[in-house]
Amino acid sequence: MLIKRSEDLKYSHVTPRDIYVNRRKFLYGMGLAGGLALAGTTLADLLGRSVHADVPTKLQGMSGSPFSTSEKVTPEKVVTTYNNYYEFGTEKDQPAKNAQKFVTSPWTVSVEGECAKPRKFTMDEILKLAPLEERIYRHRCVEAWSIVVPWIGYSFSTIAKLVEPNANAKFVAFESYFDRKQMPLWGMAGIQLPYVEGLRIDEAMHPLTLLTLGMYGETLPNQDGAPVRMVIPWKYGFKSIKSIVKIKFVKSEPPTTWNITNAHEYGFYSNVNPKVDHPRWSQAKEVRLPGFFKNTPTQMFNGYGDQVASLYNGMDLKKNY
Amino acid sequence: MNSILTSKWTKVVVFLICLVPLGILIWDTFTGGLGSNPTQFLEHATGDWTLRFVAITLTVTPLRKLLRQPQLIRFRRMFGLFAFFYGCCHFSVYLTFDQIFDLHGIWADVIKRRYITVGFTGFVLMIPLAITSTAGMIRRMGGRRWALLHRAIYLTAIAGVIHYLWLVKSDIHVPLEYAAVMAVLLGWRIYDHYARPPRRVPAAVPARKEAASVPE
Repeated sequence: MLIKRSEDLKYSHVTPRDIYVNRRKFLYGMGLAGGLALAGTTLADLLGRSVHADVPTKLQGMSGSPFSTSEKVTPEKVVTTYNNYYEFGTEKDQPAKNAQKFVTSPWTVSVEGECAKPRKFTMDEILKLAPLEERIYRHRCVEAWSIVVPWIGYSFSTIAKLVEPNANAKFVAFESYFDRKQMPLWGMAGIQLPYVEGLRIDEAMHPLTLLTLGMYGETLPNQDGAPVRMVIPWKYGFKSIKSIVKIKFVKSEPPTTWNITNAHEYGFYSNVNPKVDHPRWSQAKEVRLPGFFKNTPTQMFNGYGDQVASLYNGMDLKKNY
Repeated sequence: MNSILTSKWTKVVVFLICLVPLGILIWDTFTGGLGSNPTQFLEHATGDWTLRFVAITLTVTPLRKLLRQPQLIRFRRMFGLFAFFYGCCHFSVYLTFDQIFDLHGIWADVIKRRYITVGFTGFVLMIPLAITSTAGMIRRMGGRRWALLHRAIYLTAIAGVIHYLWLVKSDIHVPLEYAAVMAVLLGWRIYDHYARPPRRVPAAVPARKEAASVPE
């Protein structure tokens, strides 16, 4: 007998894991909500943003952003089925399949290093730190393809300021979650794990640098870096580290995964630059997915030069690729 | 077995089977089945099939000798031409979607990027083989010279594997699988050339013994 999964059951309809696990608490809340309904509080408000499930859940109350592009947003299916997340397989279609069971709650992010108030944040806290914004950014992969994604989050500087980085904090080092049990294909990745990335402190504190918690109106799908990732739109995609567990303020330039793998091809800065080719292919043009033709000219700093070019005044960007 | 191998219809059936990958790719192209990066999908698929047909072509001779089925040779030219055909598809996808007929861009790639240099070389080497694949050409060239020229397929096989190895970012498992297959196929030829008794020795029995000892 052929058992087909119902087409109309979307992940957003699935009861979030923590609500399921804490059913009693939820029922208590229902009762409370019943009482409060008179006072104008709805159930949705009560549950609000205090969700951190393994599967995408609707996010609410986002505002728009002046940083958003008006370009056509890439179909969500492209962004959720074509991923570089080597912990879950090196083929583009593998993460969507292999990351489905990835457990992302509970989740904490440790923010530490050269700062006055190092501390750990739960996902609940991170979701409530600041009002969520939807930012539609161009995303340019080093492999010469690009997408336009409506990310959800807030500037990384918001969380950074809370721990009060000191004068020694010249760089920020990021580290991804790594678990051999949950990521059985890790040995095929050909890169050192856990995945690590880094930014100069002024790059990290730039308002465009987004601590990202969702996309397309929902929390991040696992294959796109759930539950929290970085998005640095003027740099090649691999700088935008996924599934972050550690953020550390440091004195000197931290090691970064692709630079460790192949320093000749992937530099620390990795700013999008049509004039500096990857040794194995040109970076002058890109294919806007899901299109066929590589006919979109790549822009300096991925088109964010007005905002970020001044960060690199006087630097030789051919040398500091 | 022999009647199947010599039948005219077997050739037709094998020919049609060799076209199946192309058929699937065309179907997928027009039904949205190529995924999020269709050009990359087409490049990878046609590249894979080129390598596979080079490997299939190189399998004919060892199989023919090991199984003692001389009729298998009837299929070798067809497989070789299919390798060239899928190589042409591979190059056409790159030419059309990646470079959009920018010949300067292609030449810059061929010169600058070593994985393209080696891949392009492997492809170009197949052109004279395809041109001289007819019976008339074999007659005109003479069997010995023709056979010498057609050993270029060994270089194409090696170039194709290196092309693949050099283009991946970090996970080299799949290109290494192709490398292993090609190594066995080319290694068998070296073995066959040196380890077998010379042909003049009229001893079919010792040769059979050696063939039997291969799996060890």
